[in-house]
Amino acid sequence: MSWKKHAYESIPGTYVFDGKTSHAAYALNKLLFSFNHEHNRQAFAADPSAYADKYGLNDEQKTALLNDDFLGMLRLGANIYYLAKLAVPRGFSVQDAGAAFQGISTAEFQASLDRKADGLIEKLKKRGYWNG
Amino acid sequence: MARIVGGVTTSHIPAIGNAMSRHLEGTPYWKRFFDGYEPVKQWLAKVDPDVAVVIYNDHGLNFFLNQVPTFALGCADRYENADEGWGLQTLASFDGDAQFSWHVAESMIDQDFDLATCQEMLVDHGFIVPMALMWRHLPEWPVKAIPFAVNTVQHPLTSARRCYAAGKALRKAIESYPEDLKVIIFGTGGMSHQLQGERAGLINVDYDLQCMESVINDPDWLASQSNSEIIEKAGTEGIEIIMWLVMRGALHANVDVVHKHYHAPISNTGAGVLVLENSHD
Repeated sequence: MSWKKHAYESIPGTYVFDGKTSHAAYALNKLLFSFNHEHNRQAFAADPSAYADKYGLNDEQKTALLNDDFLGMLRLGANIYYLAKLAVPRGFSVQDAGAAFQGISTAEFQASLDRKADGLIEKLKKRGYWNG
Repeated sequence: MARIVGGVTTSHIPAIGNAMSRHLEGTPYWKRFFDGYEPVKQWLAKVDPDVAVVIYNDHGLNFFLNQVPTFALGCADRYENADEGWGLQTLASFDGDAQFSWHVAESMIDQDFDLATCQEMLVDHGFIVPMALMWRHLPEWPVKAIPFAVNTVQHPLTSARRCYAAGKALRKAIESYPEDLKVIIFGTGGMSHQLQGERAGLINVDYDLQCMESVINDPDWLASQSNSEIIEKAGTEGIEIIMWLVMRGALHANVDVVHKHYHAPISNTGAGVLVLENSHD
């Protein structure tokens, strides 16, 4: 038995969430999905290890979860939208997460985002976009 | 008969929702982005639609990974928003139009689009952020809203081509509804962004602008791209752009541009806004 290969698997630094990933990380994502409810977020905060066990996480998944290892969880198959349900309520922004994935500071990550606006207005004016 | 009065595209990221609930629209970071919605709001007030069909993806509020429909249509008279764990303010519920929805479902299924029908459906930021962007200044939602969810979360996803075709089927469905309703289509999501992995922070302005021109004048350009190609250029979450083609497919072959607006970055994302009206075929 083997999993089909996809063109998107060769894109660097990119973890496309597909059936193979979702199957491997079902328990982890189910735990993350539970954070839609405040009482579950509180139960996790009160005893993270017991909460991981309740959802049947394997050792690798549990270690990554308990260490706030976002890249580790991603590599183990956490879906980014589900990961946000862990990260955002505990004060991590998507910029913090992006910085952690790249191993840089949030300020550096933000600065690289801000640079995307360089020359933008001129480009838009040439193409007839609204500009106030 | 029901008729489509136009299509609007917009990003739907949670950061926009947070900015609105914290009233940050006038701050330097957000001003240009939000100012670009004023012409959209004025146009909406002028065309005064009765129903909004909102094409969006659920990010893990209504659908967990136990059941992932490729296309799912809300077929209820009411839709609730709820806590999705992202710290967003929960918004007032939305009136639907079950009779209209069931007509659309039946017509699309007759046209071989086997979508899932949902009689209870929580709507997440993908749906509520566009609604708030257009109408938060009013005391209540001025339209009945129909959630049309496309799976862009768990691959295999449907294709850009299939989204475009779904839009064409949606047009037939709407235009065969006997009541005199004015219908607006929102194509939401995108544009380029990647939240995850070492490539997080990707924003591809040039590709975004190509997509906007394509959606206006040459939908086949975007429709002919594979999901891997789109992910490579627009990022894993930028794949949401395929949903714009559902909106575009529901319009005529030729459209008039009422408004086009682009801004980057908004949080981690390139944000594009289009208002399109049908030209005569």
